[in-house]
Amino acid sequence: MSAFHAVFARDLRVAFRRWSELAHPLIFFLIVVALFPLALSPTTQQLREVGTGVLWVAALLSSLLSLDGLFRSDADDGSLEQLLLSPAPMTITVLAKVAAHALVTLLPLICLVPVTAWSYNMPSAALPTMALALLLAAPTLSVFIALGAALTVGLRRGGSIVGLLVLPLTGPLLIFGTRATDLSINGEPPTAPLLFLAALAVLAVSLGPVAIAAAVKVGLE
Amino acid sequence: MKLPRWFHQLGSPPYVYRLAERLSPWLGGLGCGLLAVGTVWGLVIAPPDYQQDEVYRIIYIHPQTAYVGMMAYVIMAVAAGVGFVWRVKLAHAAAVSAAPIGAWFTFCALCTGAIWGKPTWGTYWQWGDPRIMFEALLLFLFLGYLALRGAFDDRDKADRVTAILAVVGVVNVPIVHYSVEWWNSLHQTSTLLSEGGPAMTSDMLIPFLIMFAGFTLAFSWLLLRRLQAEIIEREGNARWIRELAVEGAP
Amino acid sequence: MTEFLQMGGDGAYVWSAYGITLAVLIINVWLVRAKRRAALRRALELSTQTELPRKQPTVRRLQ
Repeated sequence: MSAFHAVFARDLRVAFRRWSELAHPLIFFLIVVALFPLALSPTTQQLREVGTGVLWVAALLSSLLSLDGLFRSDADDGSLEQLLLSPAPMTITVLAKVAAHALVTLLPLICLVPVTAWSYNMPSAALPTMALALLLAAPTLSVFIALGAALTVGLRRGGSIVGLLVLPLTGPLLIFGTRATDLSINGEPPTAPLLFLAALAVLAVSLGPVAIAAAVKVGLE
Repeated sequence: MKLPRWFHQLGSPPYVYRLAERLSPWLGGLGCGLLAVGTVWGLVIAPPDYQQDEVYRIIYIHPQTAYVGMMAYVIMAVAAGVGFVWRVKLAHAAAVSAAPIGAWFTFCALCTGAIWGKPTWGTYWQWGDPRIMFEALLLFLFLGYLALRGAFDDRDKADRVTAILAVVGVVNVPIVHYSVEWWNSLHQTSTLLSEGGPAMTSDMLIPFLIMFAGFTLAFSWLLLRRLQAEIIEREGNARWIRELAVEGAP
Repeated sequence: MTEFLQMGGDGAYVWSAYGITLAVLIINVWLVRAKRRAALRRALELSTQTELPRKQPTVRRLQ
C-alpha cells in the first residue's frame, strides 16, 4: 500500500506544481457551457431541458484535456519506465495515478457543476443527484481516460485519437448519468441509474488498471 | 506443456495460407448458395406476417448481419488475445482481418435496423434505446481499433496495443445481446433462444436460419481471403510468397 | 410482379434494406480482392528489388 501512497502523493505534488494547467479543463468547461446558450438562443424552459445533457457532455469533453498529465509527461522524461521497473506492481501504480487524476481533474469539475446547473435554470432539488451521479461516474471515466492515454503513450502525436477511443466508451455513463438527473428533476427516485453507475465504477476500478498497466508496458517497449 | 501438432501448424503462415486456399471455395460457394436460397425463400415463399405484413422480411437480414458483426468482434478479441499472450503473429493477422469485415456488418445491421424501425416503431433512430446504443458502440470500437492500428508505424507494436483495446471491448458483445433483457427497449427479446423453443413458425424459421448460415459462411470466406492477403503483406520477402506473387501476377 | 415490388406499401423499406446489405457484401468482396492484388504487387516488387539490388528494372520479366 505504501507504493500506492508514494505514487499518489507524487502525482498530486507534480500536478499542483503546475496548478495553472489544472485550470485549463475547468475554463474549457465554462466556455463550452456558455457557448451552448449562445448558439441555441433558448427560452428558459428549453435551457432547463437541455441543461442535463449539455453539462454532462461538457464535463466529459473537458476531462479529456488533462490526458497528457497521466502518462505522456512521465513517459517523456523517463520516469514512467522507472515506475515500470520498480518492484511495486504496475497495477497499483496505475491505480494510484488514476486516483490522483480523478481527484485533481474531475473533482474540481464536479464542484463547478452546481453553479452552471443553476445558470441553466435547473431545479435545485436535482443538483445533489447530479453531483452524486457525476461522483459515481468519475472513477469509471478516469479509468477510460487512463486507458486511452495508455494505449496512445507509444505514439508521437496520439492526442486526437484518444477522444475517438474514449468518448464512445463513455456512452453508457452518459445514458445513466443523465437518466438519473432527469428522474430527480421529475421528482422520482434516481436509485436505479445511480446503482448502475456505482456498479460500473466498481468494475472499472477493479479490472481497468490491469489493462492500463498492460497498455503502458507495451507502449513503452 | 506439450502442445498438439495442429496448434503449431496454425502458427505457420504457409500452412494456414494453403489451408485457407483449400477451404475458401467451399465456404464461398456454399455461403452464396445459402444466401441466394434464403433470400428467395424469405422474400417470395414465406408468407406475410400477421402484425408487420411484408416489411417483417427484413428479419431475414438484420439479425443475421448484427450477429455476424458480434461474432467478428469476438473472433478479433480472441485472436488478438492469443496473439498477445502467446506471441503468435498469425493470430494478430487474423484479428486485423476480422476488424473491417465486422465493422461493415455492424454498420449494415445499424442501417437495416434503422430502416426497419421506421415503419414498425415509427422512428429510424432512438437515442437511449440500449441495444441500438451498444451496437453503435460496437461499431465505434471497430473504428477505434482500426484507427489506433493506423497510428502506429511499428506493426508489432500496433498488434500488441490494439490487442488490449480489442480484449477490453469484448465485454460489449454480451451487453448488446442481453441489453434487451436487462433494460426496457424497443427491441423485442430473443426470438430464437427463448424458453419453449423458437417463437416463429417453421415456414419463417427455416429461411431465418438459412440466412444465418449463409451470412456466417460468407463472413468466413471474407475472413480467410483477407487473412491470406494479410499473410502476403506480412511475409513479404519469404520465398514462398515470391513464388506465389510470380505465379499470381498477370 | 408490382405487388412483389410494392411489398404491401413498404417496398421502399424492404428493398433499401436488402439493397444496402447486398452492397455491403459486394463492397467487402471488392475490398478483399483489392487488398490481395496490392499485397501481391508489393511482394512482386520486393522480390525483383532484392534480386537486382543495384539496378532499377525498367521492364518486369516473369519466368
